[in-house]
Amino acid sequence: MNNTVLYILLGLLVFSALLSALIKNTMKAVIALAAASVILTVIMFLMGAPLAAVFELSVAAGLITAIFASTISLTDNPEADQEPGKNKKRMSRYIYLPIIIVIVAGIIFIMKPGLDFTSVTSATKDTVQNTIWHVRNLDIAGQILVILAGVFGVVILFKERSKN
Amino acid sequence: MPTLFLLIPFIGIVLLNLFYTKKLKKLAFGTGILVTLIQMFMVCAIVFQLAGNFFTAIEIKYFINLSIDLYAAIILFTIGLIAFIALIIRRHSDNEEIFNFTQLILIIMIGMNGVVMVTDIFSLYVFLEVTSIASFVLIAKKKELLALNGSFKYLLMSSIATLMILTAVAIFFMTFGTLSYEGLAAQLSATAEVSSQIVLAIIFLVTGLSIKAGLVPFHMWVPDAYSSPSASVSVLLAGIVTKAGGVYAILRLLMDVFPQVVIIQEVFAFIGIVSIVVGALLAIGQKDFKKMLAYSSISQIGYIIVGAACGSPLGFLGAFLHFFNHATFKSLLFVNASAVEAQTGYKDLDKLQGLAGRMKITSWTSVIAFLSTAGIPPLSGFWSKVIIIVALWQVGFIPYAVIALLASILTLAYFLILQRKVFFGKTSAEFENTKEANKGFTSASMILAIITVLVGIGFPFILNFLMNKGLF
Amino acid sequence: MLTVIFLIVVLLYIIGFYYLITTRNLIRILIALEVLTKGITLTLIYVGKVTGQMATAQSMAITLIIIEVVVLAVAAGIIVNIFNHTDSLDVREIFRKNK
Repeated sequence: MNNTVLYILLGLLVFSALLSALIKNTMKAVIALAAASVILTVIMFLMGAPLAAVFELSVAAGLITAIFASTISLTDNPEADQEPGKNKKRMSRYIYLPIIIVIVAGIIFIMKPGLDFTSVTSATKDTVQNTIWHVRNLDIAGQILVILAGVFGVVILFKERSKN
Repeated sequence: MPTLFLLIPFIGIVLLNLFYTKKLKKLAFGTGILVTLIQMFMVCAIVFQLAGNFFTAIEIKYFINLSIDLYAAIILFTIGLIAFIALIIRRHSDNEEIFNFTQLILIIMIGMNGVVMVTDIFSLYVFLEVTSIASFVLIAKKKELLALNGSFKYLLMSSIATLMILTAVAIFFMTFGTLSYEGLAAQLSATAEVSSQIVLAIIFLVTGLSIKAGLVPFHMWVPDAYSSPSASVSVLLAGIVTKAGGVYAILRLLMDVFPQVVIIQEVFAFIGIVSIVVGALLAIGQKDFKKMLAYSSISQIGYIIVGAACGSPLGFLGAFLHFFNHATFKSLLFVNASAVEAQTGYKDLDKLQGLAGRMKITSWTSVIAFLSTAGIPPLSGFWSKVIIIVALWQVGFIPYAVIALLASILTLAYFLILQRKVFFGKTSAEFENTKEANKGFTSASMILAIITVLVGIGFPFILNFLMNKGLF
Repeated sequence: MLTVIFLIVVLLYIIGFYYLITTRNLIRILIALEVLTKGITLTLIYVGKVTGQMATAQSMAITLIIIEVVVLAVAAGIIVNIFNHTDSLDVREIFRKNK
């Protein structure tokens, strides 16, 4: 039962990703992306990664949607959306997508890259908390710096010029 | 000790933000200069083992995954030096801009120091991203359309490169179960033949790193990202950021993780040679001074990659030395290009003629930089290029060595023509009243020119010193 | 099951990449980058499950998500500024030679 649910969810993931590409309205495409994030969250939870699933849900399905929503509202140009025939042109551009998928599938079947892996029997202290905060604490420092750089960036970029 | 390189700029950022009110903002410049000088001093302390055991005594062993060897120390020194130069140029800007700029420079220094010091392929990605995000903001800071476009192009290609590198990391993690450099190196040398899965991962890794380093055929973002932002950002980006990011990652991976994998060396040698030739050819047709320098940078980075792709210790020596030399002479050229643009208002090479009479220091330091780029003895560029070409010859890439030599001669010819026209031709009428650039530009030019000449003349001593330290 | 996940990941990569190349709207480029990020996140979790090292894989996925959101925020800032200058979100404005 678990496997079937997983397959259905994976199919839905690809479907929402495709929807976000094909939908005409940008805001609705962002909502399709958020739906894909939610589906990915459930998939990750089912595969045994609950912490990462929570991060994906709160950040990708929440924060990123908020960022996109504010960007779209700040760059609102109602005249540009009225261009006729835009939807037809987008659909015609996507005709090549199934062709490319078939070609790549063919390449994969011919080359047959092996999916071998080494499984490691996990030590008893191998929890996510221990890994993040003790083994990989350099990554935490990197994340703090990234957030700092991002904050400076957003402050600098969104500041209106006070003097002309 | 390695932790200090990450901690000291961070203390600088904390100081900047907590303690500097509007009146004290002019101290931001001093903080930045102090941090860069401390970094250069610490590197010298490590290399020459000065001050007894002072620094080892205050070693903070919090991050266990960092290590510094001699090559990394050279790069750390370069980072401090070019950041120092980029700050000096900005002396005369207003306080708000210096404040923003110093904050971003401190972050980008931590990012680059991190890239240089990590021993783990995922932490490499994290610090590459720190550097990239800080450079997006630096380029776009000017908020003019050209700078914004350049920054967005760079952002797009950098994100694609990141995704490819991460895919490669995931595949390596799946195949080998480890992420550290030694673990990967041990496993790679243990596997008898290279399976198709590893080849796929290597393709992704090479593509991603080539995009980050600005190698041909993924160099589209380089000219816009180098020429559109303001002066000190151009110097910083061209002089050190691209190199301490993508190029250093390639060099470190070639040295520590893939020393036995022959495919990757051949691929990088090919990409390097193509970059040398295409970069040199594209530089010749350019009209914009800074864009021409950007294409020439692509060519020189090709030399670094080709040297490292040899796989021999001599090749790595040449690659790292050319890294340092290129940082000095290319930054010098960008400083002078910005000085010329600031004084004459032109970036167009067709319009600039005969500036030597008016801008003496700029002209003579540009001459030194051009000669060093082209590889004229006894300047620094000559030595590193010779080492790279000899290393290519020794390993057996003989056609590559010939092509590298010819490209060097081509660059030489073009630069001689260029400098004759721009600086030493007949002074055209509109440049009669041009004055020399301000003290910030001239002092930076002179420091870099002196370093170029000294490294060139004192090269046998440097080589002796490195041999004593057991480099090869 | 593992092969299916591998194929889904490849499919996500192809859709994301194709989306990135064919779109003409700046914001949709960011959406395409996000789709690619979903692909790589799924890859990391899959690798973690398969090798048994879920802790390392989860910490990698968390780091990745945080870094991506910061990149996206900076990109959104740049896009808003481009829009303030040119009043359009057309990608061809950027990739045209700026002369």
